[in-house]
Amino acid sequence: MPDKIKFTIDGKDCQADPGMTIYEAARASGIYIPVLCHFEGLKPVGSCRICSVRVNGRWMASCTQPVTPGMVIENTSPEVEEHRRAIIEMLFVEGNHFCPACEKSGNCELQALAYRYQIMVPQFPYLFPKKDIEAFPKFLLEHNRCVQCQRCIRAIQTPDGKKIFAMKNRSGRVRINVDRKLAASLSDEEARKAMDICPVGAILKKEVGFRVPIGQRRYDKKPIGSEIEEKR
Amino acid sequence: MSKPVIATASLAGCFGCHMSFLDIDERILDLIELVEFDKSPIDDIKKFSRPVDIGLIEGGCCNAENVEVLRYFRENCKILVSVGECAVMGGLPAMRNTIPLKECLEEAYLNSPTVAPEDRLIPADEDIPILLDRVYPCHEIVKIDYFLPGCPPSADLIWEALTALIQGRPLRLEYELVKYD
Repeated sequence: MPDKIKFTIDGKDCQADPGMTIYEAARASGIYIPVLCHFEGLKPVGSCRICSVRVNGRWMASCTQPVTPGMVIENTSPEVEEHRRAIIEMLFVEGNHFCPACEKSGNCELQALAYRYQIMVPQFPYLFPKKDIEAFPKFLLEHNRCVQCQRCIRAIQTPDGKKIFAMKNRSGRVRINVDRKLAASLSDEEARKAMDICPVGAILKKEVGFRVPIGQRRYDKKPIGSEIEEKR
Repeated sequence: MSKPVIATASLAGCFGCHMSFLDIDERILDLIELVEFDKSPIDDIKKFSRPVDIGLIEGGCCNAENVEVLRYFRENCKILVSVGECAVMGGLPAMRNTIPLKECLEEAYLNSPTVAPEDRLIPADEDIPILLDRVYPCHEIVKIDYFLPGCPPSADLIWEALTALIQGRPLRLEYELVKYD
């Protein structure tokens, strides 16, 4: 077995197996680094930048960056936390996130991150962009809430390996596009998986609605990341 | 020393935040010991009678009257607090913000299936406050000092914020207190 890699996070000595990303290594050491576009088991893309850390003074996305020996990683410095808070706030003002009317409220990772950072109001003005809702046989695609994390693109495929979700356009006009024919063949189980893989309320399986009562939802009692920190 | 004075208003809201405020239950007896109320729907005082220490604003601004009331509060309150999603970000009324005002009015008063043909008229009486082009969060109209999100913010959050302001101590924000729904 190859030697462990030694590095520090916020001054704490940590060890990792070769090939681990900073995010994976931190997680294994009971240290939470917030992620939004990343999901365990999917190939990381490093698009949302919420997992940014400073490594030897330089910004890096911890979900894509492998750990190397001697790294000095800043994860909870005021500068890093302020950077993450700004990203969360930008995601809120760039979409139309009406939490009280959203089926994902209480189970939403974007909302849970805002709770963890105790954001009372974004520092940026709300943009109220004009976006639409698309309906498919098994699910709804709510573009007002989509944060373009690309989790659905990476996770949802037909049994013969064809992708159902894809990106369309670029920059500010970027949006998730759905192959209508393939989407029509989606099973209930796959539609459920698509809804669960979506960190926000952009993909909603039809005829589900508000299934879990308030008080029993994922982030009602405990902050996101506390399940990792409890293992420390 | 005289008691701190409180005022409240409901702009483009549903009065749910005021209801949540009343959910402090028996603590309302403590509140009466702690503060005095001035202009508020709770005591139906219409005009400020003295300088106010803390103003609580429910709802965002959807029409000219909301803006006038909000500015009136800003002029008369030392501290102004946005209470609830509508005050903080426009809330459900702001769902119209992506639809042109003309389309909203036509849908409501001309094209809706429940409008009788003889009633097809967009109201334009000078006594009716004119609608704004979109719904504005309160802090886009006047300076707001503190924000309490939630739909509604829980009675515990309102109580904690209010007592912290009155006692001049930092807010103790337990995780479960801050929710957006």
